[in-house]
Amino acid sequence: MTTLRNILSALDPASDAALVGKRESIALSSLRHGSTLAGALPALRGRSVLIHATKQSAAATALIDLDGIARRIVLCTPDLTPAQLAMVAETAAADAVVSDGPDPLVPSLPQHQIAPRAAPASLPPESDAATEWVLLTSGTTGAPKLVRHSLDSLAGALAAVPVGEGRRVWSTFYDIRRYGGLQIFLRAIRGAASLVLSDAGESAQEFLARAAHAGVTHISGTPSHWRRALMSGAAELIEPQYVRLSGEIADQALLDRLRAVYPRAGIGHAFASTEAGVAFDVNDGLAGFPAEFLDRPRDGIELRVEDGTLRVRSQRNAAGYLNRSEDVIRDAAGFVDTGDLVELEHGRYQFRGRRGGVINVGGLKVHPEEVEHVLNSDPRVRMSRARARRNPITGSVVVADVVAATAADEETMGALKRDLMQSCRKVLAAHKVPVTLSFVPSLELTAAGKLVRPGA
Amino acid sequence: MTTKGQIISIFKQVAADQNRNLAPLSDDLRLTDSGLDSLSFAIIVTQLEETLGVDPFNSGEWVDFPITLGDFVALYDRAVA
Repeated sequence: MTTLRNILSALDPASDAALVGKRESIALSSLRHGSTLAGALPALRGRSVLIHATKQSAAATALIDLDGIARRIVLCTPDLTPAQLAMVAETAAADAVVSDGPDPLVPSLPQHQIAPRAAPASLPPESDAATEWVLLTSGTTGAPKLVRHSLDSLAGALAAVPVGEGRRVWSTFYDIRRYGGLQIFLRAIRGAASLVLSDAGESAQEFLARAAHAGVTHISGTPSHWRRALMSGAAELIEPQYVRLSGEIADQALLDRLRAVYPRAGIGHAFASTEAGVAFDVNDGLAGFPAEFLDRPRDGIELRVEDGTLRVRSQRNAAGYLNRSEDVIRDAAGFVDTGDLVELEHGRYQFRGRRGGVINVGGLKVHPEEVEHVLNSDPRVRMSRARARRNPITGSVVVADVVAATAADEETMGALKRDLMQSCRKVLAAHKVPVTLSFVPSLELTAAGKLVRPGA
Repeated sequence: MTTKGQIISIFKQVAADQNRNLAPLSDDLRLTDSGLDSLSFAIIVTQLEETLGVDPFNSGEWVDFPITLGDFVALYDRAVA
C-alpha cells in the first residue's frame, strides 16, 4: 500500500522542496519522519477524521500525517457553515477533528491541533486498509455532497505533463482542498517538488509575485483565475513552462491570450470533476477536445457521449457518495455522467454548459432553484427563473426573469424589484444574487410542466 | 452622461451593493487596487452591457485586458464609438 508518507520517505533528505504558504514554508524533508500531529496520531489510527484548517499548508501536512493511519479522512473546505460542518461530521461518522485554529469546531468531538511545523515523531504503524479520502462538493440544495475516493483514485496514473525538464515548482490558484487543487498537491508530492499555495486573503498580484519569487514552473487554475491574473497586470511576473486550466470551460479567446503572454509555455486544459476524476488533458492549444478521444481510451480512461453529456469510466472515478447508495454516481454501464453538455463541431467536442442548469460563477456553483426559491417566496411573484448569462470575468453570472402576480405601474414594479434584490442579498451568497432582474409576461414550461431551462 | 460618467456611476453603485470600499477613482488606478473583486467586475460588465449595449470583451475581436481604470474606460469608449 502506497501512502503519502511512503512517497515522502523516498525523498532525498537534502531536498529543498517545500510547501510554501504566504507566511510559512514547510520543508517536505521535515515530513519524512516528522509530523505536525505527532502526539495525536496514535489516537487517530483507524479513525474517521475531519481535517478543517484555516491554512492550506496545515491541511496539506494533516493529509500527509493521516493518509495510511486514519480509516477515513474528510477534507473540509474552508467555506462550510457550522451547520454544514455538523452534517458532514455526522455523515462521515467522524471520531475527531484536526485543525490549526484554537476554536472548537464540532462540540461533540475531540479536536487535535495541527502544529505549524513538523516535529520528529515515532509514527504509529500504518492502518490495515488503505485510507478512504472524502472530498466535499456542493450539492443541489447547496448542502455539501461527500464524495469517496482513495489515494489511488486521486493520484493513480497521473498523466505525464507534456513539458518541462529539470527542477519543478508547482503552484495553483485553487485551494488544494478542492479536486483541482488536490491534483496539483499530489503531483508536487509525487514529484518531490515544491508547491506554492495560494492564500484566501491575497490579490492575484501578490500571489503571482510570490509564485515568481519561488521560481514557479508549473501552474494551474480555472479559466476565471486566469482571467483575473490577466486583468491584474501581473501575469508577466511569472515565466512558467506549463500553464493548466481546469474546472470551467476554457474558451479559445482565453487560450490565445495565455499563449500570447506565455509564448514559450505549454498550455493545456483538462477536464476533471470530483465525481468523474480526471478525464483528459488537451494540449494542442484549441478549445474543446478531439472526437477521437472517444474511440481511443488513454490511460485506461473511457469516454462516451450519451444524451448530449460527457460520460467517463475509469479507475479515477470516485467510489461513490458517502451518504447515498453506490450506484447513484454511475449509469448502468459503469460510466459517471459528468452533466456537462458537449456538441460535436468540426471533429471536436465543445462544452456547452451544464445539464440541469447548474450555473458556474467563477468556479462556484449556483443551483437556479435556490435563487428562484428566494424570489418565489415573495407573494407578489408568480414564478421566476434564474439562468446563466455569459460573462467575460467569471464565465457566467446569474440573471433572473420574474413573472409578477399582477401587472402594475412602473413605480410599483420598481419597488418590487428593489425588494426582491434586497431579499436575495440578505439570504444568498454574493455570487448567487442575480446581477439583473427582468420582469417578463410569462415563462415557458415543458410538457411535463417543468420550467424550460436553456441548455437543460 | 459620458461613457466615463456612466462607468464611474456603475462602479460606485456596485461597490455599495457589494459592501466594498472603493478606492478614489482616477485614470491610473489599477483595477486590482480598486477594492472590487472579480464578482464586482462581472456585475459591472453585465450592467454596462445593459446600459451601453456593448460588451467589448465579447466582441469577437482581440482585446487586451484592461489594467487601469483609464484602460477600462478607453475600451468602452472604442466599443461605443
